[in-house]
Amino acid sequence: MLPLISHWLTQLVIGTSLLLITVFVLLQINRYLQQQLKTQKSLVTRINRALPQTQCGQCGHPGCLPYARSISLGEASNKCPPGGLETILELADLLNEPVRGLDPAHGQFRDFSVAVIREDECIGCTKCIQACPVDAILGGPKLMHTVIAPECTGCDLCVEPCPVDCIDMINHTAPSISHTTISHTTPLYFNTRKLLGASS
Amino acid sequence: MSALKQLASRFFGGNTVFARRTVGGIQPLPFKEHSLRSRIMSTPIPQQLTIPIGAEESGQISLLVGIGDQVRKYQRLAVISLHTDGRSDVPVHAPTSGVITSIENSIVADHSEQQQRCIGLAVDGHDEALQLEPHSDYSQLPSTDIVSLIRDAGIIGMGGAGFPAADKLSKCGDSAPEFLIINAAECEPYITADEALLRERAGKVVAGAKILKRASAAQRYIIAIEDTKPDAIAALQQALQDDTSPETPCELVLIPSKYPAGSERQLIQCVTGREIASGQHPTENGVVMHNVGTAYAVYEAIVEGKPCISRFTTLCGKALKTPKNFEALIGTAADFLFELCGIEANNKQMSIVGGSLMGNELTSDKAVICKTTNCLIAACASEIATSKPEQACIRCGFCADVCPSKLLPQQLLAFSRTTDTTQLIEHGLFDCIECGACDYVCPSHIPLVSTYKKSKKVIETRQQSLECSDYWQQRFQFRQYRIKKEKEQALSRKTDSSTKPARTAERTAKALSEAADFISKEQASRDIAAAVARVKARRDEKNK
Repeated sequence: MLPLISHWLTQLVIGTSLLLITVFVLLQINRYLQQQLKTQKSLVTRINRALPQTQCGQCGHPGCLPYARSISLGEASNKCPPGGLETILELADLLNEPVRGLDPAHGQFRDFSVAVIREDECIGCTKCIQACPVDAILGGPKLMHTVIAPECTGCDLCVEPCPVDCIDMINHTAPSISHTTISHTTPLYFNTRKLLGASS
Repeated sequence: MSALKQLASRFFGGNTVFARRTVGGIQPLPFKEHSLRSRIMSTPIPQQLTIPIGAEESGQISLLVGIGDQVRKYQRLAVISLHTDGRSDVPVHAPTSGVITSIENSIVADHSEQQQRCIGLAVDGHDEALQLEPHSDYSQLPSTDIVSLIRDAGIIGMGGAGFPAADKLSKCGDSAPEFLIINAAECEPYITADEALLRERAGKVVAGAKILKRASAAQRYIIAIEDTKPDAIAALQQALQDDTSPETPCELVLIPSKYPAGSERQLIQCVTGREIASGQHPTENGVVMHNVGTAYAVYEAIVEGKPCISRFTTLCGKALKTPKNFEALIGTAADFLFELCGIEANNKQMSIVGGSLMGNELTSDKAVICKTTNCLIAACASEIATSKPEQACIRCGFCADVCPSKLLPQQLLAFSRTTDTTQLIEHGLFDCIECGACDYVCPSHIPLVSTYKKSKKVIETRQQSLECSDYWQQRFQFRQYRIKKEKEQALSRKTDSSTKPARTAERTAKALSEAADFISKEQASRDIAAAVARVKARRDEKNK
């Protein structure tokens, strides 16, 4: 037995197989980790898709995507008032969690509404323009501003900074954008994702 | 089979054949005899007309008249553009002379329970008409002229879907369709408008069908009718015999009387054997279909020059003393027609627009006749099925047997209950034609169709909000990108202000090239293709 083990050929075979096994295991670990990363990424996109994209920041994050990332890392998913009950249910389903009611610290459910500027009262301070997360307000310094209604997400962020309180949130039946609005006004914006990747 | 064909041709004359291919379907009691007892009656002109233009959501409405304007019969009142390309414009004409009193939203006797923009017309009773331009020898007209005349007459599908007739014809403009099918199958209980029209004016319908054939350049044209309408078949046979033009003869196809045989896809399958795939349009399969009412309206529009200002509507139901068919002006209120039929108001339980299976309840009798109102029912209590309590699905499978779209209604029901959107779409929820055959046979009285309607609505709104959120996300990302760029620019301006003019020029060039990058290549190529097509079209027009 001993001479067989101490034979150089046997040692070579055992050594090679050990090496191969190690390499195989390492490769498997690598694959597993990559898959994990990928699922996490796709989980983020899926969570992000379930969020209403109003970019209102009521969850405490600057936008829906950061909140989606945070949810995927374990934050509670019941902090999104504009998404309504549907978003909560969808997220609970996605994350395989029990359904929890909306966290009252982050607001209450509300119907979809759109910001409307009382234009004769507007003093043209541009503060609401800077606050709008989706560039839906049009206007210049010391000139009247107006909200482009189909682009307004109803996030409320423009109401607070207005020094003369001339912005109302008015109930709207449902968010809807006509296809013509998209194609006519914003052919440029469709490649932003690609561009963002290129610039960073 | 050939023996049967021979037998059929002996009984019915040369071009008559039977078609027997049907999928699913039910055979409810027809209740058609009451309204067929009397001839079609043209309604007297009411004091007030409310002419529907269309729902505001469905298209761009441009009004051609204002409140207080005096209008004459056949005058164009408004145009609704259903598409931005201007090809699907549907004009609305004045049914009689009078003064415009209002332009507001009001209820229309229609399948889509939404309000439509309507023009109120106070009738002056003079019935002053504009001069019409008849084209009695339509065989001389090129097909594009026929299509544009049909479009100017404001004709839409009279069967119920209301798709602009000219659009259907121009859609298959590049390659001529193989079949033109005139749909005379009126399978729903109570409705007899098409049958009455064929009994009395088959000649004009056949002429209209010939015009449609000329406009669509179809190789074969077929009139499909159920075999349970002997009077209409005889009238059609007579009209086809009288027609001595040298063109390809019309074929008459008799189909079994089954509900819903008159549905577009089902009828195409029955007559031609072609099954239209989910998501495809019949014109992609070389078939174009028009209703007999449309064919009649086309005849009037071309040969007599009349725009579409009236339609044939059945009034029936046990609450009416004399149910009959009317040639009603568009914009006539439902209660005016009910009065003409001698309504017993105490007896009436419910007003229904459409047939008894696919129809909707009318919320108000003030609702007006529009171009797609084929039937109004004043139902008394004995006619309305008492709603029995819903019971659990016993998986009998009757619904799957009768489904004309070959769907699995009980599966769909289960997925609807759990709102499993992906499964619903995969199981073909959007191929459901909402015929109600499954409701009719369900032994557990489950309201299947209304469940599907709800699910469809839920999925549609969900898709719309997803579209919105995608758009908002893009806007948000673009804003962040913009802010980042502005910061960078501000920083670079600070660091090297010495070489300012040169830097500015460089920056402009850079910004320009970036802007060019913004517009995706796809968009650019699409624009180029569109421009090339436009130039080609212009050249073609010049050559003509």
